[in-house]
Amino acid sequence: MTTKYKDVYIKNVATVVGPYEAKGPLAKRFDKYYKKDMYFGCDTLERAEIKLMSDSIKLVLKKSEVEKSDIDLFIAGDLQNQIAASCYTAYELGRPFLGIFSACATNTEGLIIASNFIESKTCDNVLVSVSSHNMVAEKQFRNPTEYGAPKPSTATFTATGGASCILTSQKGKVRIESSTIGTPVDYSKNDPLHMGSVMAGAAAEVINKHLTDLDRTIDDYDLILSGDLGNYGKEILRDYLKQEYNIDLKNKYNDCGVMLYDLKTQKDVQAGGSGPVCSALVVYSDIIKKLENHELKRVLYVATGALFNPTMVFEKENILSIAHAISLESVL
Amino acid sequence: MEKKLYDKLVVNHKPKEKRGQNAFIAFVVGGLMGVIGQLLVEFYSYYLGLSSSDASVFMIITLIFFASLFTALGFFDKWVKFARCGLIIPITGFAHSMTSAAIEYKREGFVTGLGANMFKLAGTVILYGVVSAYIFGFIRLIIMGGA
Repeated sequence: MTTKYKDVYIKNVATVVGPYEAKGPLAKRFDKYYKKDMYFGCDTLERAEIKLMSDSIKLVLKKSEVEKSDIDLFIAGDLQNQIAASCYTAYELGRPFLGIFSACATNTEGLIIASNFIESKTCDNVLVSVSSHNMVAEKQFRNPTEYGAPKPSTATFTATGGASCILTSQKGKVRIESSTIGTPVDYSKNDPLHMGSVMAGAAAEVINKHLTDLDRTIDDYDLILSGDLGNYGKEILRDYLKQEYNIDLKNKYNDCGVMLYDLKTQKDVQAGGSGPVCSALVVYSDIIKKLENHELKRVLYVATGALFNPTMVFEKENILSIAHAISLESVL
Repeated sequence: MEKKLYDKLVVNHKPKEKRGQNAFIAFVVGGLMGVIGQLLVEFYSYYLGLSSSDASVFMIITLIFFASLFTALGFFDKWVKFARCGLIIPITGFAHSMTSAAIEYKREGFVTGLGANMFKLAGTVILYGVVSAYIFGFIRLIIMGGA
C-alpha cells in the first residue's frame, strides 16, 4: 500500500548511542553517547535500554522546544519481549501510546502510522521512538552475552541506541512525502546468523512496489537506503532488483547497517549493524542533516525487519521478513 | 522471485569462512589445554602425592575454577571468540557456559533467574552425557563383561 502525504514534516530528531556506535564513523553526529560500559548507570541491561530511549525523547523535546503535553501521540517499538523498553518509557512519558513491532523495520512502521495521523489532522505532534541494546538482544535471541559464541562473518551486530523523531503538520525543512507498507515474505530462509539473506527479498519487493505505484524510477531519488541488510545482504538486494525487476541501483544505494560502523576496524560487528535503532541512527544523524541543507533532495528509506522468533525457528519454521519504505524530501 | 533463484543469489554472495585457520587455532589452543591439563596432573601427583585418578579430578577442578573466574572477570568470552572450539570443547567450555548463564540471569533472582537458567547451555551436555554413558556402559558390560 502506497500513500502520498501533503503536510507531514519532521520537526526534530535526536539520537543517543552506546560505546560501539560512538567509535563508528558517524560518532560526531550523534546527540549523546555513553562510552564507559553497557549499563549507563542502570542496574540491569533492560533498564539501560529504557534509559537510551527516554534520553532520546528528552533531547528531542528540548531541541524542538516542545512540552510533553504538546505530544498528542507517542508511537514506539523495540526488540525486547512484549516491547518492554517502549512500554516502560511510555509510562514515564505519560502520553497516549501505541506500541508497535516490525523488528528492525519498526522505525519506518512508526513513521508511517504517525504520518497518517498527521495527514488526517487528528494530531499536531506525534513522537516516534525506537531503541535496541546489543546485550539485551543477544540475551533474548542468542546465547548469554558473556558466552561470546563465535559467529560467521554474515552475522550482524545489534546496535545500541535510542532514537526519537517528532512529526508535525507545521512546515519544516524535511517532509515525509510518501510511504509504502510492505507485506511479510518467506524465502525459506532460517539462518539467524545471516539476516541479510532473510530480509533482502522483502526490501526488493517493497522498493519495486513503491516505484511502480508512484510511477517513478531510481533516478527520481538521490539515495536508496536499506535498513540493516549488512555487507552481504546488500549485494543480494542489488542483484535481486536487477534480475527480477530490471532495476539498477547504480551508485545511489547504501545500507544503514554498513554505514553505522567502520567494518574494517570494528571487526566485532561482522557484516554490519542491525536492530530497530540501527537505521534510525544513520538516518537521523546523517541523512536528515543532508536533506536539511539540500545536499540530498529525495531519499527512499527502506527499513527491513526479520520477524525472527527463536521458538518458531526451533520448531523448524522459516524466518519471515518485512520491509516498510518512506520517502523523505527536502523542503525548498 | 522463485525460491530457487533466490537461493542462488544468496549462495553467490556467501563469504568463505576461514575454516582452515579456525581449525588450526582451535587445534593448537585445544592441544595447549591438554598440555596444561597433563602438567597439572603431574604437578598434583608429584608434589601432593595424589594417585593419578585423584590428580585428574584436581586438574579438572583447577581448569573449571580458572575458566569460571576468567568468565566472571569478563575476558574469557574474548578468548573464546579467538580460539573458538579450542576452548569450548574442553572442560573450560563447560564451565564457561554455566558461569556466563549465571552472570546473565543473576539479576532475575536467585531462584527464577540464576537457578532456572544456569544450565541453559550446559543442561544438554549433562543430559546426553549421562544417557550416552549409560548406553556405552551397557555395551561395555555385554562385550567385555564389565572389565
